[in-house]
Amino acid sequence: MLAHAIFFYFFSFVAIISAIMVTASKNTVHSVFFLILDFISISCLFIMIGAEFLGMIMLIVYVGAVAVLFLFVVMMLNVAQQKNQWFKSSDTSTHIPIGLIVSLIIFFELIIVIGGWKYKPDIIKNFSDSLISNSTNTHTIGSVLYTEYIHLFQISGMILLVAMIGAIVLTFRKREGVKRQNYFSQVSREKNQGVELVEVKSNEGVKIDV
Amino acid sequence: MEYAILLFSEIYKILYVLIPVLVSVAMIVWLDRRIWAFVQKRRGPNVVGPFGLFQTLADALKYIFKEIIIPASSNKIIFILAPIVTMTLALIAWAVIPFSEDFVLADINVGILYIFAISSLGVYGIIMGGWASNSKYPFLGSIRSAAQMVSYEVSIGVIIINVLLCVGSLNLSDIVLAQQKIWFVVPLFPMFVIFFISSLAETNRPPFDLPEAEAELVAGYQTEYSGMMYAMFWLGEYANILLMCALGSILFLGGWLAPINISPFDMVPPPVWLILKILFLFILFALIKAIVPRYRYDQLMRLGWKVFLPFSLIWVVLTSGYLLYFDLLPIY
Repeated sequence: MLAHAIFFYFFSFVAIISAIMVTASKNTVHSVFFLILDFISISCLFIMIGAEFLGMIMLIVYVGAVAVLFLFVVMMLNVAQQKNQWFKSSDTSTHIPIGLIVSLIIFFELIIVIGGWKYKPDIIKNFSDSLISNSTNTHTIGSVLYTEYIHLFQISGMILLVAMIGAIVLTFRKREGVKRQNYFSQVSREKNQGVELVEVKSNEGVKIDV
Repeated sequence: MEYAILLFSEIYKILYVLIPVLVSVAMIVWLDRRIWAFVQKRRGPNVVGPFGLFQTLADALKYIFKEIIIPASSNKIIFILAPIVTMTLALIAWAVIPFSEDFVLADINVGILYIFAISSLGVYGIIMGGWASNSKYPFLGSIRSAAQMVSYEVSIGVIIINVLLCVGSLNLSDIVLAQQKIWFVVPLFPMFVIFFISSLAETNRPPFDLPEAEAELVAGYQTEYSGMMYAMFWLGEYANILLMCALGSILFLGGWLAPINISPFDMVPPPVWLILKILFLFILFALIKAIVPRYRYDQLMRLGWKVFLPFSLIWVVLTSGYLLYFDLLPIY
């Protein structure tokens, strides 16, 4: 139990410190690296409470894909040298009220959820029947997700699809004058289209590239 | 006291896996160069030790004594961290590889997801190295590499789903045991081919070695590295290649299982079979390095997104339809 507590406090400490450093660090790329550290320590916490499937999915989706794209964008936009002065300049301090409102809302939502959980434990009693079994939590999540919550699951899939298509449509532009490789026309080219046998007369030459 | 004993026995087990892995990384570097040379009718490294076997050790010794140069305008912490990240990630994935039914360091329920997560983290070593070097070529190399690895991870993930549909468990030992009747390479042969090609791209091996294409980018993300830090990048890269070979042999070639379960074959200890299969896949890797010319970058992206991804998605539909129709879905 002692080792468990030590690891728990270690990971929570790292998670909180790195979450603070995401906003406090001066270099934007460092912020993204701290965000990654935060994701990793939170997935370790997930694994420690026995939710190994969620922890791994967290690693694969957030760290393996989302944060890579974050890093990509941050590096591409060349904001790496931008000094991120915390609370210093008047430019950034205008964002503070909005941030405060958002974080207050999240805080109260958490209070409502956790309070409800604590004082009305029978709210979640409906699911607990299927949760108590010998199967691993991957099987449990699968058996609940694809039966009881199949519609929500499909709807969230549709929302993601719409977001993806939207992003593609927004960034898609067909540039003129770009030479593109057309595999079909390359492969279907015949000999008589590509090669021409020409009889060349002496001292006259031929006109090519007609 | 209890903890101390537990700790030391775990450390002993870890070393029992890690040291052979590191030694075999050194050996396969030699094998790689040797095969490459034989295809090109050269001799390859054959001077140090018998058949040149100790060439890698000699190289490592050379790297240790070389000076580590850290560029003045680099981001020093991240610059130093990058090879460490690459190396560590390549080695910790070996924790879940089952060498036989009872010889596995961590027999966790989500073993395949763990390996997938670790290999998707592998891209950070390269991005960090490329960005922290603060120089054109490493940066371009790391951007290329990140895009390439993210793209091919998608198809690897879909291929893994194919295998998982046939197994019904995320545990690597269960995946191997599900292949007792038939190795998955037979029913899922197209997936095996795509997995093999994607793992070439995932480990930045030729013909997909665009991140370090020497004609365009000097050495890609490794350009500014020297001495031991370069050697660590390079060890991590080869450990990753070995890991991908191990994953391929576990998913498709039946892991530690013998090809036929009769007398002369089942006398051989199971880990030997796994090692032989890894070696077989690695020899294919090395031959492809010698034979195939490098892809162009847009061809690489096209292959990943327009060919492999739709094909493996269609195969998921086919596999699940087949399993559902013949009522073969594994239910745990």
